Amino acid sequence: MEITGTGIGQGVAVGRVVRMADRLPEPVDRPSHLDPEREIERAKASLSVVAAELGRRGAQAGGAAKDVLEAQAMMAEDPSVVDEITKRLATGKTAERAVFEAFASYRDLLASMGGYMGERAADLDDISQRVIAHLLKLPAPGVPNPGHPFVLVARDLAPADTATLDLDQVLGLVTVDGGPTSHTAILAREKSIVAVVGAADAATLADGDTIIVDAANDLVVAQPTPEQIAGAEARIAERAALEAAPVTPGALADGTPVPLLANLGSADGAAEAVQLGAEGVGLFRTEFLFLDADTAPSVREQQEHYTRLLAAFAGRKVVVRVLDAGADKPLSFLNDAPEENPALGLRGIRALRHSEVILREQLTALAAADAATDAELWVMAPMVATVDETRYFTTLAKELGIRVAGVMVETPSAALIADRVLAACDFASIGTNDLTQYTMAADRLLGTVANLQSPWHPAVLRLIADVGAAGAELGKPVGICGEAAADPLLAVVLVGLGATSLSMSPSALADVRASLARYSPDDAKALARAALAAEGAAEAKQAAQAAATEITTTRAAAS
Amino acid sequence: MVERTVRIGSTHGLHARPAKLFTQAAAASGASVTIQKTGGAPVNAASILAVISQGIDHGDEVTITVDGGDEGAVLDELVELLSTDHDE
Repeated sequence: MEITGTGIGQGVAVGRVVRMADRLPEPVDRPSHLDPEREIERAKASLSVVAAELGRRGAQAGGAAKDVLEAQAMMAEDPSVVDEITKRLATGKTAERAVFEAFASYRDLLASMGGYMGERAADLDDISQRVIAHLLKLPAPGVPNPGHPFVLVARDLAPADTATLDLDQVLGLVTVDGGPTSHTAILAREKSIVAVVGAADAATLADGDTIIVDAANDLVVAQPTPEQIAGAEARIAERAALEAAPVTPGALADGTPVPLLANLGSADGAAEAVQLGAEGVGLFRTEFLFLDADTAPSVREQQEHYTRLLAAFAGRKVVVRVLDAGADKPLSFLNDAPEENPALGLRGIRALRHSEVILREQLTALAAADAATDAELWVMAPMVATVDETRYFTTLAKELGIRVAGVMVETPSAALIADRVLAACDFASIGTNDLTQYTMAADRLLGTVANLQSPWHPAVLRLIADVGAAGAELGKPVGICGEAAADPLLAVVLVGLGATSLSMSPSALADVRASLARYSPDDAKALARAALAAEGAAEAKQAAQAAATEITTTRAAAS
Repeated sequence: MVERTVRIGSTHGLHARPAKLFTQAAAASGASVTIQKTGGAPVNAASILAVISQGIDHGDEVTITVDGGDEGAVLDELVELLSTDHDE
């Protein structure tokens, strides 16, 4: 049986299913058949097991996660919670129900306070689920650890789950919900895990089933035949050989260079990116320095990290994006106000302009790191919608010693007036994930509208073409740093639309490099024209594919 | 029983890590400790949830009471913790 979804990357995996336990239902409020003393013993035993488990995970995780998990362990055995539970048990409730209600009362209190306290409300839900699962002798919700390599099947993965996932054991990921830009998808790309997301029918897969996860074909094969398994294994071997091929700079068939850069989230990934052939960094996300922090990190702390990053790319280009907070990654010290539509709210450059001191500190740290190293530092602002914002950012960046300052094109407005935006800065980098979300008016975190989230849509391609044309006119670089650049065929289309460099997860570099080398600049333009003229995303992909096949077969016939 | 009033030193108030450190110290002291935000009711200082749900911010005044054990030393230690800026 074939289950369709959205494949991440070009890989394929074969393995046994381990399901991530679903959330537990709310315990029924019925009288306990045990006496309250016995129930409180049960509750306390489970609380202490969960606290010990959280403490152990904290010690294992280290760093900022350690503080968070230790605080959670304390919450699990909090005397106020124990009081609340005892009070409820005295009225004859079950331990499960009393635990549920006690945590829920604190959760509601904290949620109503918003900000940092509001975020802790979700922690309490998680602790409550763990304690109730232990009382019911059910598997704890969260990431399983079966002790053998497995394919993880989940509804979706939260960042907290992915942080504790033992990646060495994960052969593949399949999620029922989640689109191509969900956390699961991003993790899969970053760590080169074969994944199919948004596979609604994967809910029917059972623990122990052997399945094929075929990301290249957007498929999960349940109950595969021995032939199918053999075919998948041959492809796994083929890809391993491709990855072992020598690394050359990105270029089209005629030698026209298309620098292939890496998207990185921390300096730790730099060495691996270089090894996989990254010619620099096209998108360095700085959020991790700020997430899990209650305050912005100091200038010195930031400078140390940026210096480490730049030192790894001596003589090469490194494009750093200043803090992109808001929407799916809120930071309490930047924006505390709850918003109805956070994706359309105070985020990116808007939030930074609102808290300019944070932007100033970050730019100062970056300029200092640049001065101390030999890399070529470019800095860009996220979520720019106007020429005014462009000018604000570039002026401030130059004032603080940044030599090359540009903007991300993620909003249709910035793309539509790309000529004027580019005139006010040094370069543009197109963030295709957000550009797709805003062009299609489809929340990138919502599985139900995942069908609208394809960067192949001609409306999105049209905007990219406009930016490309403006860049060519003004002689300014236009990079792509969204996940679209990691799709080997779409990468060719993007170059045809005027992209001058492509940045992606390092794991995608080999496939994209091999794909670009098959086409001339005219071929790339032909593919782009075919895709632009299509009616929709699927048709655009088919049209580009057909044009590509025609080019390669004609060439094979001629030679 | 001893008590003292102190101003919160941490830039972001008694949340997150500072709250964890304070609650850990209160629980480890073995004494019965309460914390009261000026104008609020005293709560168990060994309960991290009770402490963070007081919404105590930087510069707020809180009163600490310690009952039992080496009261004076415990009080000194807790006051020191609260007046230090752990967010630096």
